[in-house]
Amino acid sequence: MSHVFDPAGRILGLLLRCDPTLRHIIALSLTVSLAATVAAAVFGLPLGAGLAVFRFRGRASLILLANALLGLPPVVVGLILYLLLSRSGPLGVLGMLFTPAAMIVAQFILALPIVIALSHRAMESIWRDFGDDLLVSGANRLRAIPHLLSIGRLESLTVVLAGFGRTISEVGAILIVGGNIAGYTRTMTTAIVLETNEGNLTFALALGLVLIALSVAISACAFGLEARLRRPRPQETT
Amino acid sequence: MLVLLPALFATGAVPRNVLATEPETILLASTTSVENSGLLAHILPEFTRATGITVHVVAQGTGQALATAAHGDADLLLVHDPEAEAAFMAAGHGASRQEIAWNDFIIVGPDSDPAHVVGTTDVLGALGAIAAAETPFVSRGDKSGTDALEKRLWKAAGLDPAGTWYRDIGGGMGAALNAAAAMDGYTLSDRGTWLSFGHQSGMRIVLEGDARLLNRYDVILLDPKMHPQAKQAPAQRFAAWLASTEGQAAIGGYMIGGQRLFHPEADPKP
Repeated sequence: MSHVFDPAGRILGLLLRCDPTLRHIIALSLTVSLAATVAAAVFGLPLGAGLAVFRFRGRASLILLANALLGLPPVVVGLILYLLLSRSGPLGVLGMLFTPAAMIVAQFILALPIVIALSHRAMESIWRDFGDDLLVSGANRLRAIPHLLSIGRLESLTVVLAGFGRTISEVGAILIVGGNIAGYTRTMTTAIVLETNEGNLTFALALGLVLIALSVAISACAFGLEARLRRPRPQETT
Repeated sequence: MLVLLPALFATGAVPRNVLATEPETILLASTTSVENSGLLAHILPEFTRATGITVHVVAQGTGQALATAAHGDADLLLVHDPEAEAAFMAAGHGASRQEIAWNDFIIVGPDSDPAHVVGTTDVLGALGAIAAAETPFVSRGDKSGTDALEKRLWKAAGLDPAGTWYRDIGGGMGAALNAAAAMDGYTLSDRGTWLSFGHQSGMRIVLEGDARLLNRYDVILLDPKMHPQAKQAPAQRFAAWLASTEGQAAIGGYMIGGQRLFHPEADPKP
C-alpha cells in the first residue's frame, strides 16, 4: 500500500508548488463543471418550479421525461454532440468541437434533467404548503415561482449540488467532445483516464483522491452558504 | 457558485482565452502512441518556442484520427498505419504524406512465457505458438495502426484467432498493456508506449527484431480544396519543422532510461 502514497505525496508537492499543468487541470475541471451547473440551475430551477406550479396538458409527460433523463448516458450525449459540432455536422460552423465550450454544453445537457426533476419534486411539496398563501397574496402563478424558489432555497441548493456532483465526476461526454487536449481540454477525470492508460495507476489514484477532496470542499462551501441562507420561513414570522 | 466563477477568472487560475480558440493554434489528430509515450510532450514545447504556434493534440487510434480529419475536425495528422493512410490519400483527403520517424513493434508477455516465445525472432511463428498454447492474447480491437498490423500478422500466419484466449478489449495501447498484465497474457505493442509504460511488473519483451514489425510514423497535411477550414499555413510549418534538422534532432533526443523511443526518419532501419 505504501507505494500508493508516493504519488500522493508527489501530487501534494505539485499542488504546493502550484504546478501550472496541475493547476490548469484543476481550474478547468472547476470552470467547466461550475459553468455547466450554474447554467443548468438558471434554466432548470424555474422549469422545475414551473412544473410544480402550473397545470397544463403534457405536464405529466414532461415530468416523466425529466425523470427518465436522470439516467442519460454521458457517452451518448458526447457522441450526439460530437456529430452535431463536427465540421461536417449541422453546427460545425461554430468551430466548437474540442474546446472547453463544447464540454460545458455537454455537461449542461447532463445536469439539466437532474435539476429539473429534483427541483420539481422539492417544489411540489412546498407548493402544497404555501401555494394558496402565495396566490392569495396577489401573485399570479408565474410571479409565484421566484417566491417558491426563495422559500425552497435550501432544497434548491441541494438540487444544484446534485447537478454539480454529476458534472464534476463525469468523463464520458467531455472525453469525446473535448478530446483530452493537454493544457486545453484536459480535466481531472480525463487526466485520470490518461494516467491509467499510461500504466501510472497509483498517480491516477492520487489524482482521484484530489478530485474527491475538491468535491468535498465544494460541498462544504455550499453548506456554509446554506447556514447563512437559513432564515425563518414566512409562515413562522407571521 | 455564481461568485466563484468570475473569481476563478480574476485570479488568473483560468486563462482568459480558455473559452475561445487562439488564432495561432493548430489541432493535430495523432495516434495514442506518440502521446502516451510522451514524445509530443517532449518535442512540442520546442516547436512552440521556435514559432509561437501552439499544437493541440487529440490522441486517438489511427483509424479514429483519420476519421476525425476526414470530418474536417483536425488541421493535420500524425499516424502510423500505411494501408489506412494510403486509403485516406486515395480518397483525396490528404495533400501530402511524409515519414518523420520510425520505431518498431514488439510482443510483450508474462515473465513465465508459457508459450515459449522468448529466444525466437519470427513473429509469425510466435503468434502460432501463442495460438497453439491458447495463452491469453490481448487485441486492441480499436482499428488503430497497431490493431491493423496485428490483424495483418495473424492473416500472414494463416491463422484466424478465436476462442476465449483471444481477448479483443477495444481500447488504447495502455489499456491493452494493463489488460495483458492482469491476464498474464501476450500483446503486440509499439516500443515507445511500452518503454514509457509505468506498470510493467511481471511483463517483459518476448520478441523483437522481425523486419515485419517496423513502425513508421507519417505526417499528413490535408487537401485545402476538400478541407478549406484546415489551418494550412501553421500546419505546414509544423510538418516542415518535424522533418527539419531541429525537429528530427528533437525526436531522436527523446529517451527513457537511456533508450531511444523514436528514430529520426533517416536512421537506418533493421
